[in-house]
Amino acid sequence: MRRTFLLELVMIVVAVAFLFPVYALITLSLKDPAQISQTPLALPAPPTTDNFTKAWSAAALGPSLMNSTVITAVSLVALIALGSFAAYYLARAKSHLGYGLYVLFLLGIVLPFQLGMIPLYQLVTDLGLIGTHAGMILFYTGIQLPFTVFLYTGFIRALPREYASAAQIDGASHLTAFTRVVFPLLRPITGTVLILNAVFIWNDFFTPLLYLGGSGFETVPVSVFAFVGQYVSDHGLVFAGLVLGALPIVVIFLLLQRYVIKGFSSGLKG
Amino acid sequence: MTMTATPVGRSTAAAGKPRRRFAALSPSWLFAAPALVVYAVVVLYPSLAGMLYAFTDWSGIGADKSFVGLANFQTLLHDEQAMDSIGNTLLLTVAIVVVQNAVGLLLALGVHAKLKSRALLRVIFFAPVVVSPVMVAFLWKYIYNPDPSAGLNGLLGVQIDWLGDPSLALWSIAATVVWQYAGYSMVIFLAGLEGVPKELHEAAMIDGASTLQRFRYVTWPLLAPALTINLMLSTIGGLKLFDQVFAATNGGPGYATETLSTVLYKQAFVFGKFGYSTAIALVLALFVAAVSLVQVYYLRGREVAQ
Repeated sequence: MRRTFLLELVMIVVAVAFLFPVYALITLSLKDPAQISQTPLALPAPPTTDNFTKAWSAAALGPSLMNSTVITAVSLVALIALGSFAAYYLARAKSHLGYGLYVLFLLGIVLPFQLGMIPLYQLVTDLGLIGTHAGMILFYTGIQLPFTVFLYTGFIRALPREYASAAQIDGASHLTAFTRVVFPLLRPITGTVLILNAVFIWNDFFTPLLYLGGSGFETVPVSVFAFVGQYVSDHGLVFAGLVLGALPIVVIFLLLQRYVIKGFSSGLKG
Repeated sequence: MTMTATPVGRSTAAAGKPRRRFAALSPSWLFAAPALVVYAVVVLYPSLAGMLYAFTDWSGIGADKSFVGLANFQTLLHDEQAMDSIGNTLLLTVAIVVVQNAVGLLLALGVHAKLKSRALLRVIFFAPVVVSPVMVAFLWKYIYNPDPSAGLNGLLGVQIDWLGDPSLALWSIAATVVWQYAGYSMVIFLAGLEGVPKELHEAAMIDGASTLQRFRYVTWPLLAPALTINLMLSTIGGLKLFDQVFAATNGGPGYATETLSTVLYKQAFVFGKFGYSTAIALVLALFVAAVSLVQVYYLRGREVAQ
């Protein structure tokens, strides 16, 4: 009993220390420049919201949130549709072709995307998709398919074949059996696929910087990056921008914390 | 209509098409076709082309490129920036893998105990995982402010130039990565801990095993799958590290924090040496592939042995 109490105390101290950067982030975003230089670590007295109103427009966060939402949402739909269909074949095929294709998809998990970065940049330019939502959606769908296929295939393999067979005996085609019977059974893994891919796509930086930088279609991390570069010495303003930029995903995380943590901790069991 | 009674009294449609029962037990490969096309366009073709470009002097402008054999790799051996970046990448990776997993394991053991605040603690430690690494890097850039009254210096009462001192900058960046992702390792270890049967602990306790012995002989072996996943994830993440470095130091001071990813980015998009850049990317790919293979074989073997 006393040992648990002691452990609890230690863990709370660790958590408080762990939160120090967050404390700095929030207090600085509520201070004016004079307070920041004179009392950088104190609580804001009095707090001001000026930084937030200024950062919201200066960082173009409204349009960026729209861009990030569209790109993330459409990519997720494409990933779930293409990934689950492909995995249904890969999990059920008994041919060498099926096994070969599965290995081919797995290769994509190991290949760092930097290897194909330049040829892909050239290809996307040739297709006229640089600086568009479509180019980013194509990129995320392709780059996250191996992982998505891997998760779905593992899950479908553990699923009894009888569900689909029963539907087929009833006259359903493979397509109907999959969409009506198998796909609804995939809900747990679809949740994992959704969470892991959403966090990755929403926060990705390198490729949207290359494809969208200066296009007016920047995602949140790219806009925040440009914004910080511009106002680098105005810490209060920069931090208000960081708070606003991080807020949507943090709020969603807090609302769905159980599912998000479960998705991250269970999805990778191969 | 002649209706033969089907065993389970199914519809006439099914009875009318008995061949369906035996037709195609496995779905057609066409199910995989759309995914395969997108995957080939976005990953397979560019990666193959990248492997070829690594042996050319392509500047990225037009189709003008010629085959130069191993010249790019010879350049790399004499390129101080690139060679430093290889060393930095490996050091960063080792530091991140060791510290992130050690901290993640300790946090997991802590919040696995029956604490009143365990749910809240989990959420706190995990939260940074969902935030963009670029934003976390900007936050830490301020925390590492050389000003003695602000940030970490103000908190600790010291005056250290965390990111400006070339011998310290790399470790400062490693610490930000650990801060952000220790919670990720924690939840994976936690899932492993939750899979350890209580009976084993009780049995060991009855046999008089100490807390440390129970961890060493009961918990630790059963954590092998979680450890495998954690080591894989942190190693690959460390080798590819870009966002945090790009936002916090952009490789400086000097070449002190250059990684393979920042150097190949600069070679391509600052200096226009696309051929050379892909050669560096190929080196990175070989590192990642080698590490993945070693870990899969070695750690899977360990899991089976338990």
